[in-house]
Amino acid sequence: MSVDVTMPRATAPAILPGSGGMRGALSDLFWRRPQLLLLLMLLPPVLWLGIVYIGSLFALLAQSFFSIDEYSGLINRQFTLKTYGDLLQAANLDIILRTVTMAALVTLASAVVAFPIAYYAARYARGRWKALFYLGVMLPLWSSYLVKIYAWKLILAKEGILTWLFAKLHLLWLLDGWLSLPVVGGNSLSVSFTGTFIVFVYVWLPFMILPVQAALERVPGNLVEASSDLGASPGQTFRNVLFPLALPGIVAGSIFTFSLTLGDYIIPQIIGTSRLFIGQAVYSQQGTAGNIPLAAAFTVVPIVIMGFYLWGAKRMGAFDAL
Amino acid sequence: MRSDRGQSAPLGLKIAAASGLLFLHLPILLIFVYAFTTEEKSFVWPPPGLTTQWFAVTWNRPDVWEALSLSVRVAAISTAIALVLGTLCAAAVSRTKFFGRETISLLVILPIALPGIITGIALRSAFSLADIPFSFWTIVLGHATFCVVVVYNNAVARFRRTSGSMIEASMDLGADGFQTFRHVVLPNIATALLAGGMLAFALSFDEVIVTTFTAGQQQTVPIWMLEELIRPRQRPVTNVVAMVVVLVTLLPILFAYYLTRDGDQIAGSGK
Repeated sequence: MSVDVTMPRATAPAILPGSGGMRGALSDLFWRRPQLLLLLMLLPPVLWLGIVYIGSLFALLAQSFFSIDEYSGLINRQFTLKTYGDLLQAANLDIILRTVTMAALVTLASAVVAFPIAYYAARYARGRWKALFYLGVMLPLWSSYLVKIYAWKLILAKEGILTWLFAKLHLLWLLDGWLSLPVVGGNSLSVSFTGTFIVFVYVWLPFMILPVQAALERVPGNLVEASSDLGASPGQTFRNVLFPLALPGIVAGSIFTFSLTLGDYIIPQIIGTSRLFIGQAVYSQQGTAGNIPLAAAFTVVPIVIMGFYLWGAKRMGAFDAL
Repeated sequence: MRSDRGQSAPLGLKIAAASGLLFLHLPILLIFVYAFTTEEKSFVWPPPGLTTQWFAVTWNRPDVWEALSLSVRVAAISTAIALVLGTLCAAAVSRTKFFGRETISLLVILPIALPGIITGIALRSAFSLADIPFSFWTIVLGHATFCVVVVYNNAVARFRRTSGSMIEASMDLGADGFQTFRHVVLPNIATALLAGGMLAFALSFDEVIVTTFTAGQQQTVPIWMLEELIRPRQRPVTNVVAMVVVLVTLLPILFAYYLTRDGDQIAGSGK
């Protein structure tokens, strides 16, 4: 912007005359005052997100400090911590613990399933295959969320393809044995925690593959060669070289799998038991129970958990892998 | 990485990667089979017979058409808003360094980083505090908010690749700011914007969590599907709609991939 300082004062006229009029004046103004242009560009998105989104978030948080009158069902708009007291009841703590456990398990399983795909795509797939792998991850990622859940309802149904497959393989005893277990079992897979778990892993898996693949792409090949030149077995190379370098990618992916599981209320509602997850609790508190303050307090739980999670992830350098 | 060329992967890795990809794709393929089943009452496998009659039945269902029309209108308008806001934001963030730049990118990403239920319930409680009745526009308000990030991500990636000296050259040659935008900047970012727009459209068309909080009694296609999942009325119709939804979202994704395939990494990573 300050180029003209070093140039001699213009003695010749400009190549083209100024365009003149309103448009020209405006264009000149933006050239002379880039800050003004910047402000005008930022104003609409910031106003939109600031008012619509951040405004609503604060309205929600504010309501968690209100309380509900148990007799009239009306919301008492006075500052109180009573709602947070209600949140700490045993039943609600159960919901929180159940959700966090599920999120952790789903994250672990996604990492295990995602790693070979990401590893193959990053290190072995070339050209046409690389594109195929990329689309192979992107298409399920962008396919309709509800259709994916619906597909699993078809698969996990008692009369569905999975039972049929187990029967063909003469393994029905295994399925029935698993379903008769406490906690993970149930009447059929589509009404058990096992089912909920499988669907969660399925739906969030692409969110894990992409960052892990991105992290693995950045590992220089000669590091791996050097490791084996120095006598490390493939297993040792994996443990001591590849895995530590891929870890930020795994952590980055886990941000998605963890956060999405924490907040989801549709998957456990359609495929799962009647025991609630945080999202379902929020939904039923604000809907049927009409207790917006408690629903708001419930939403604070994933926000706080994710706050800590993101803080930890940032320290591990996960954001560079995004 | 280059050193791996010519080497082939260990068999275990091949099997693990292939079964992972199958795990991702088989369930979606299954939807296509179920759309043709003759079975009405259950999800029985294998299908007792195949028929195309459910396509005709679905075609004649007014509720499906209404939901589809609402979804398309919402997605179109949300995408248009997101395109304007996302491009402006990306241009500002990528061209200049200014105080609070990081905050702006965080602000854009937040609606997608926090669980959808939080966005949904926050909007709903804001509507009820402000006495705004549910309408077409309350849905659009929610959708546009989280679609901005998709356009933003695509546009930012492209702005980074476009060199600033082209703009300077254009100005040196006497173009004013608007001409530069029209003839230099826009052609450079057009495909990125188109890709971002496609993805934003697909995202909005598919969104259900935020929509359940902002739609009231209106039904978009995902809300229609959710109703059918919770209280099934006519399963074969749901099967057909599911298949159509897969096809409708498939095309914009393939097209967006085609537009950004060389250079811009991971066009869809904003989801």
